[in-house]
Amino acid sequence: MHLHLADRYRVGTSPVHRLDPRVKILLVLTYILGLTLAAPGAWASYAAFLAVILTAAGLSGLGFAYALRRSYVAVPFVLAAAALPFTVRGPTLSALPVLGWPVSELGLVLFLSIGLRTWLAVQAAILLTATTAFPDLLWGLGALKVPPALVAVVGLMYRYLFLAGDEALRMMRARQARAAALPGARPPPVVWQARVAGRMIGSLFLRAIERSERVYGAMLARGYDGRTRSLIHFQMSARDWAALAAGVLLAAGCLGLQGAT
Amino acid sequence: MPASPAHLHIPDGFLSPAVAALGWVIATVVLALAFRQTGRQLGDRMVPMMGVLAAFIFAAQAINFPVAAGTSGHLIGAALAAIVLGPWASLVVMTVVVGTQALLFQDGGLIALGWNIVNMGALAAFGGYAAHRAVIRLTGDHRPARLGAAFAAAWVSVEAGAVATSFELAASGTTDINLALPAMASVHALIGIGEGLLTLAALTILMAARPELLRQEEEAGGRGQALFVLTAVALTLLLALAVPLASSNPDGLQAVAQAQGFSDLARAIWAGPAANYLVPGVGDPARATIAAVGLGTLIVCGVAIGLGRLSRRGSRTAG
Repeated sequence: MHLHLADRYRVGTSPVHRLDPRVKILLVLTYILGLTLAAPGAWASYAAFLAVILTAAGLSGLGFAYALRRSYVAVPFVLAAAALPFTVRGPTLSALPVLGWPVSELGLVLFLSIGLRTWLAVQAAILLTATTAFPDLLWGLGALKVPPALVAVVGLMYRYLFLAGDEALRMMRARQARAAALPGARPPPVVWQARVAGRMIGSLFLRAIERSERVYGAMLARGYDGRTRSLIHFQMSARDWAALAAGVLLAAGCLGLQGAT
Repeated sequence: MPASPAHLHIPDGFLSPAVAALGWVIATVVLALAFRQTGRQLGDRMVPMMGVLAAFIFAAQAINFPVAAGTSGHLIGAALAAIVLGPWASLVVMTVVVGTQALLFQDGGLIALGWNIVNMGALAAFGGYAAHRAVIRLTGDHRPARLGAAFAAAWVSVEAGAVATSFELAASGTTDINLALPAMASVHALIGIGEGLLTLAALTILMAARPELLRQEEEAGGRGQALFVLTAVALTLLLALAVPLASSNPDGLQAVAQAQGFSDLARAIWAGPAANYLVPGVGDPARATIAAVGLGTLIVCGVAIGLGRLSRRGSRTAG
């Protein structure tokens, strides 16, 4: 399923929750950039990066397991790299038990490093969305000079996301209610199923277009002039600056460890 | 799209820094153009319209149907949006969807978001739009042609992103192009058929209920630029493939190789394919796949054109 209807924000008052959204965005980007720069096989670096994210998870009050439990989202993609131990040429460690394919050492190192990087990066992103309310996150992006038009569209999308999602779920429930089948009967052909789903999408699209026209009318009636205004405002405190500096230094330190190995 | 290794949202950790940076450069340029064009086309209506439609794409991706062996298919939506709203607006909508998937739901990485926007936004919207225009131009503008064109657009939009994704991964050294490209291209050729059927069926509803909606895209500006943008992105992709394979990626590998004391062998790995092929690392399976994808595109568009012409002739003799 592609629709995750629950909001990912977890209300809290932890030190991580109270950080300026700009600082959190920058810290997560620094962290992921640091991971991207870490050389394959620099295990000490990866261990340090893991310690950093676990500390942040502990500070956030969500518990160490929170991000770990949700970090499965990248698993399917990691399979894309799963062939590396067999395709990279180099010294082989051993052969695969049943198939007899040679496992290359360099390929295995690459595969494990990619898997670790992805797993750690996903945890950082999970912590960001779990500790920052989405409107605050958007304000932070805007304050970091993401174009206002883009931020405004994302904000409006977020406002209607759950409405549209519910509408789709209602349609699917209606489809299910109409689609009675005799036990043991063969399911209808795929093309027929796709046509039904496609028509549902078509009528959902129509409703969305009509809704967007109504929304625009309502916005105009309230004095919309093409600009979106927000009451959210954060001020960088000494604590925010300290957290930003500490985070950047930590990422640099983690990267520095790879020279030691 | 079923949950499979062929998933197009590239997570963080898969792209080398140079490749990821290039993706952001392309995405930024294309997005700046897209917002200018869409702003011109829609004016004040842009924010509510693009926002609500992005929410729609999100919801529409949840409407699934069983395919086979427990997997299910669902819409991706770039082609449908490009057909109804034009490629620029489709790019804006898809960018918002892909960006939110990364930011809110960790579907795809943040550093990798640049390429994800290019793959699922720019290439899908412009690839689909170009196929749509090509089929309609060659068959004339009538109902069967529009439906055939929609199918072709949807198929191309899915396949273009899949091919590009495998090149980006290969350029980062995270997968072997000779394995990834055939796997991605064949799986997405099937997913593309699902996308085509869904887009076609959705379009029949729109044509029946609000035919005037499908005309507004033609008034949208910047149509001639579609081909230009597509060519530019394709050329950059080629560069992305050739340059990092030759330069940045071996650096990362060499760090391991030196640390582990087999730099000679590592050098041999990278010198080997480069000596044999014009484009380093692209072996026979990959080249065969590129040919197959090209052929598949021609076949899908050709069938759409053929059916469109036949049915027009049929309706003429009947009427």
